[in-house]
Parts: sequence; structure tokens; C-alpha cells
Amino acid sequence: MTHVHRDDFGSRLGMWLFLVTEMVLFGGLFIAYSAMRHRYPMEFHHAGAELNAVLGITNTVVLLTSSLTVVLSIVAIQRNERSRAIGFLSTTLGLGFVFLIIKGFEWAAKFHHGLYPNSAHLATLPPGEQVFFGLYFSMTGLHGVHVIAGMGVLAWVLGMVVKGTVNADKYVHLENAGLYWHLVDVIWIFLLPLFYLAA
Amino acid sequence: MDNTTHAPSHSAHPGYGTFIKVWVALLVCTFALVGLAHLGQGPAVWGLLTLTPLKAGLVFYFFMHLKYEPPLLKVVVLVTLGTLLIFFALLFADVAFR
Repeated sequence: MTHVHRDDFGSRLGMWLFLVTEMVLFGGLFIAYSAMRHRYPMEFHHAGAELNAVLGITNTVVLLTSSLTVVLSIVAIQRNERSRAIGFLSTTLGLGFVFLIIKGFEWAAKFHHGLYPNSAHLATLPPGEQVFFGLYFSMTGLHGVHVIAGMGVLAWVLGMVVKGTVNADKYVHLENAGLYWHLVDVIWIFLLPLFYLAA
Repeated sequence: MDNTTHAPSHSAHPGYGTFIKVWVALLVCTFALVGLAHLGQGPAVWGLLTLTPLKAGLVFYFFMHLKYEPPLLKVVVLVTLGTLLIFFALLFADVAFR
């Protein structure tokens, strides 16, 4: 047998250091949001009323549940319940798709009302509302890109669980993919009250 | 299994129940947040400043297993959050005295 260097804690620490950069990336946008909301409180309140709170809340429940199924898949793999782990991970991926579909409908409705980056209608709105929609599209858009990336990573790990390379003895890949997915969930936890409940 | 590999450093693994309870708590916080937002701007902002960090904390502590990790990982996360808080404080110090 060949010597395989293995340091699961080191792997998780590396993942966390990456997540820290993600936190600072979104943190910068949250700081921008705070400054602009402080400057344009009425405009943010008014523009926030344009957003569909029901879709935002539904997507919160979808993402929270998808986070639960990732962490349950880790419990399953620790207990060597491989088919259960596969079921939980597939549920997470399915919920990721549901999130993106809901997001797609939401954005489509905004586009239909002439609300999209650099649109003619947006240019007629007061500056504060333009800033609100600018932050809305950049922050939910950047978050959406993270959801797609997270789904790609989870699908890859799901493949490793199916093949058995991720198993009860060695599952740090699943843990790290899960960590990324949870961070995406945490970011959404903040986006809900900042945008959808702003009115 | 050869002896040169290091076993995962987790001691006791939590079960399914722990995480399902955390998920229920997260849903309760979400609906409380929505309820507060309907009461007006004041309660909405308080909900945002208390329930949202609480929810994020629950995800970090339980779902992201920080509870079960050694102090080094906890410190990494706390230093980052502290840095962000300093940035927030500096920004509002600037905005307030502009």
C-alpha cells in the first residue's frame, strides 16, 4: 500500500480560509447596502415593496431545508448508510434547482416590468431606487452564481459517494462541499430581510 | 487501512435529531422575522439586527460543525467577523460625521 498523506483538519481549515474570503466579499456588499440604505431610507422602503416577499420567504425555506439535507448526508455517511447519504444529497441538489427556478420566475417578472440593469425604465426612477435595484441584482446575482457553483461541487461529491471514494472512513470532500453550501445559505439568510422584507 | 493515515478528528458525532431541531429553530426564526417585518419599520429593523445573526450563528455553529471543531477554526471565523464589524464601524463613523 502506498503512503497517502492525509490531514482532514487541514482540509477543512483550508476550506474555511476560502470561506472567510467569501464572507469578506459579500461583507463589502453588505456594507455598501448599509451605507446606501442610510442615505436613501424612503427609496429603499419604496423599491423594496416592488419585490415579491412570498418568493423570497419560499426560497429561504428551500435553502434552509437544502442545508439540512447536506448535514444529514454527513451523518448518514458517518454511519455507513450510503443509500441514505445519496438520497439526502440528491434532495439538496433538487432543492437547489427549485431555488434557481423560483429565482428565474422572480427575475423574469422584474424584467417584464422593465426592471433590469441599465434599463430605460430604471433610469426614470429616483437615484435611491436605482441604487436599490443595482444592489438587488448584483447581490442576488452573485449569490445565484454561488448556488450554481455549489450545485456543481455537490454533484461532483455525489458522484464520489456513489462510487464509494467518499465513504464512512474518508468524507472530508463531502464536509467541505457542505461547508460551501451552508455559507451560500447564510448569505441568503441576510439577503431575505435586506431586500424582500425591506418594505 | 494503513496506520499512516490519520483518522478524522471528530470525537462524538451528533445524530440526525440534533440537526432537525436546529432546522426547526431556523424556520421558527424565519417566520418570526417575517412577522416582525409586518409590525412596522422599527420591529423589522430589530428583527434584522437580532434574528438574522442568530440564524447565521445557528448555521455556523451546528450545520457547519463549528461546535465540534477545535478552537483554531472558531478563532478564524471570529477574527473575520470582527474585521467586518470594524469595517462597518469605520463606515458609519464616516457617514455620521460627513
